[in-house]
Amino acid sequence: MSITIALAGNPNCGKTTLFNEITGSRQHVGNWPGVTVEKKDGIYKKNKDVVIMDLPGTYSLSPYSAEEIVARDYIVKEKPDAVINIVDGTSIERNLYLTMQIMETRIPVVVAMNMMDEVEGRGDRIDCGRLSGLLGIPVIPIVARTGKGLNELMEAAIATAKNRRQPEQPPIFDSQLADAISAIADALGGADSAENNWKAIKLAENDEIIARAVPSDKKGAVEELVKAANKVSDGDAEAKIADSRYRYISKLVKECVKKGSKGSQETRSDKLDKILTNRILALPIFAGIMYLLFACTFSENFLFIPELPSPGVWLAGIVEEACSFVAEGVIGAVEGLGASEWAVGLVSSCLDGVGAVFGFLPLVLVLFLLMSFLEDSGYMARVAFVMDRIFRHFGLSGRSFIPMLMGFGCSVPALMASRTLESDKDRKITMMITPFMSCGAKLPIYAMFAATLFADSNQTMVVFSIYMLGIIVAVLGALILNKFAFKSETSNFIMELPQYRIPTLKSVLIHAWEKVKGFAVKAGTVIFASTVLIWFLSSFNFSGMCDMEESLLASLGNGIKWIFAPLGFGDWRASVGVVTGWIAKENIVATFGQLFGNVSEETVEAVMAGEEALPAITEVFNQVSAYAYMAFNLLCMPCFAAVGAMKREYGSWKWTLRAVGFQMLTAYIVALLINVVGSMIF
Amino acid sequence: MTLRDLKPGQQGKVTGISTTGAMKRRIMDMGVTPGVEIRVVKVAPLGDPVEVNVRGYELSLRKDEAAQVEIRM
Repeated sequence: MSITIALAGNPNCGKTTLFNEITGSRQHVGNWPGVTVEKKDGIYKKNKDVVIMDLPGTYSLSPYSAEEIVARDYIVKEKPDAVINIVDGTSIERNLYLTMQIMETRIPVVVAMNMMDEVEGRGDRIDCGRLSGLLGIPVIPIVARTGKGLNELMEAAIATAKNRRQPEQPPIFDSQLADAISAIADALGGADSAENNWKAIKLAENDEIIARAVPSDKKGAVEELVKAANKVSDGDAEAKIADSRYRYISKLVKECVKKGSKGSQETRSDKLDKILTNRILALPIFAGIMYLLFACTFSENFLFIPELPSPGVWLAGIVEEACSFVAEGVIGAVEGLGASEWAVGLVSSCLDGVGAVFGFLPLVLVLFLLMSFLEDSGYMARVAFVMDRIFRHFGLSGRSFIPMLMGFGCSVPALMASRTLESDKDRKITMMITPFMSCGAKLPIYAMFAATLFADSNQTMVVFSIYMLGIIVAVLGALILNKFAFKSETSNFIMELPQYRIPTLKSVLIHAWEKVKGFAVKAGTVIFASTVLIWFLSSFNFSGMCDMEESLLASLGNGIKWIFAPLGFGDWRASVGVVTGWIAKENIVATFGQLFGNVSEETVEAVMAGEEALPAITEVFNQVSAYAYMAFNLLCMPCFAAVGAMKREYGSWKWTLRAVGFQMLTAYIVALLINVVGSMIF
Repeated sequence: MTLRDLKPGQQGKVTGISTTGAMKRRIMDMGVTPGVEIRVVKVAPLGDPVEVNVRGYELSLRKDEAAQVEIRM
């Protein structure tokens, strides 16, 4: 029979490292339902009957963040056979606070006392045997990074799970408060039930989620008793309970932890932090690291050396060549078999779809190798610390800076980078506004219009203003979303600044690999299906295969062009451009090349680079409507690859569609304003 | 006085938390409870938030949040 063991612990306590060490590569990553919180499970590599569930990192089981609710719902409702509570020995007091709350649920629990090497390096001593005796649960010293103590830990956890050995309620509360809590438990149906006791504590803590679930016939009595509990706690039982837990922990720590002589010395981490968050140096160092992150992933002139591709671009080039080599071979073979024109078309569009997925993989890989290094080393928390002052004005946290910066390269890894944000709300908003950052694939569109319609004006200014427009709309969008869509959720910046640590190669590699695999599988299906659909629409009409001018897509363009008329480009070709742009934004130029004058592929490339004009588009566009069209394509739904990444990160179609809807609406309003106001001025 | 009034290097003892609800809970969950010693380590380069040392680890919080923590030097 299989047993389930859940891992619970504070953020930065080494939980992910432990999870990787005990599961090896047998992992499955997804989302918890309804929230953007990652769900990971795996199988113990030494016993495949043991399922390991990685709970989100939390400091508490209070009901205030998505992570906390997910973690406690799992512990209380799904009832794993045992919980391994990872405690960072270097900040043992704060970590034991979660231990107290896990013990209150009375679920069988084992404490893994992690980072014992660092504890000893400081000259401190933690007496795990003594702590185990006082708490009445196993406490196993480990070093997750090196794997030390993990066998003992897993043996203890499996034994605890098999015996279903429930911990006692730790003696946290004074007698008055303890009596008040057991009175609430009695009113819920009996203080002998572990569940009622836990609920009673939560009710005394003023927990609204638990309070709503109290049956209506008991509500009145329970409310009275909660008031009584507050009365014996100077009016605030929630504060008294938190305080009592910490008082008890202080006693435990006094008994079990011996501070060494090196206690007051500066650690290496402190010295490093003095430089990295220095008043004067912090921002230049931060800018330098961000430049390197961006350059390593996207730059074509790496480190300002002309024509030297960055690792990301270099890998992408290799993958692209390999894809087109395979594609040509396959298409040649299909043609050789004498397949009909539509069959060849279908095969080549399928290959395009697959190629689109593969083409993004190197970018995702390189970015996430670097990102997980920054995340695991502790620097990302300092990024938030340094940037918070600016981003708070938009209702976001400093960490939103990273996905938004990456958005200038490519929305796909940028959206995936939003996973590192602290709160569910910040993640959701950041994902909605990140595609407003003008990605690399949108530049050819601007180049085409700049060369054709703005030949006499300052083309650089035109393109630059579009980039600025994206940033401004993103900021306004964040403000509006914060004010109206997410107003109930308060944001705070009360967070830990963890010690700097050099991450293990293994954890960095596993993290990057997970991202690549997740993107290929989850986003791949979206990209593939939509690419084939657009191909079908653009090469068929009801009587069979045809040119794009007569295709279903052209009819669709004619059908929807009225929507765009108020924006200044109510033309079927412009409409078709918007649709083909969803496969990849630079497709718009190729589509225009075909629909406005059937120009050669070389001309299209020159137009993309802004070296040649496409005079025929002046039939449809003037300067104002061209600007509106650029703005629309900047802001409207990103390419299918980005939508796929969004779907993966949101974990639900509902939120993905909301985000796309928000982007479409924003694009429409902004383009409308540009057209109306612009037409009045020019 | 409050935690906000302390300068980097200064230390005080927490006497109470003056806010309520989710923020109070969060502050207390992180170990800032009455009686605990708290020391301001530094202020962020842009002037806000601040970094404090409490219960042996580094915590950051905004100045507005620090203003909710009552202390005695």
